[in-house]
Amino acid sequence: MPRNISRDELQGLLGHGAQLVDVLPAEEYADSHLPSASSIPLKVLDATTTAGLRKDAPVVVYCHDLQ
Amino acid sequence: MSPRAAWRLQSLGFTEVYDYAAGKADWLAWGLPREGTSAGIPTVGDLARRDVPTCALGEKLGAVRERTRAAGWEECVVTTDRRIILGLLRGQDLDADPDATAEEMMRPGPTTYKPDTAAAEAGRRMRERGVRALLVATPDGALVGLLRREDADRAGEAAS
Repeated sequence: MPRNISRDELQGLLGHGAQLVDVLPAEEYADSHLPSASSIPLKVLDATTTAGLRKDAPVVVYCHDLQ
Repeated sequence: MSPRAAWRLQSLGFTEVYDYAAGKADWLAWGLPREGTSAGIPTVGDLARRDVPTCALGEKLGAVRERTRAAGWEECVVTTDRRIILGLLRGQDLDADPDATAEEMMRPGPTTYKPDTAAAEAGRRMRERGVRALLVATPDGALVGLLRREDADRAGEAAS
């Protein structure tokens, strides 16, 4: 099951090849996003839009905040 | 939003899925690098003075005053040991009875801004409301720092 991680854990995972996905709307991604993040908004997240992600490597998702 | 995305990825066959639930706001709160069209625009998180003094609820005002002014400040933020903001002490509050506690004299629940608020916009709002300084906090209420209006104004002038 998905696990919540902290900022420190995120930085550690990114150093080990994790894939980072911003699930905010595309315009918010365009405005600002974390370095190396790709954009797959939640509303279009499906098998097609995630086809470019590796299933054998960690994936980290994020949005704006806890809400 | 991100919890739903994480579960959706799991349903699609991804076996190692993590949710950075604190998200972009937390990342920006720590002044970490960002990319995008607004990456060069200063935010309140960028300009907040992170060395603003803090104290605990039970500390005596006399000791708080001495420490705060020795550091060149007229404000002290009352926080938990995890830096969650509980209140604010300003100049005249610090001059009260030195045996009073920070809890007795603090202004509870001060207004805070999110770290990713554009500094120029924050400066405009501060001028409208006659506010000279404001606190910047993470989404879960932890202190990032204190933003002075003159710092926000400088950012606004540079952007115009």
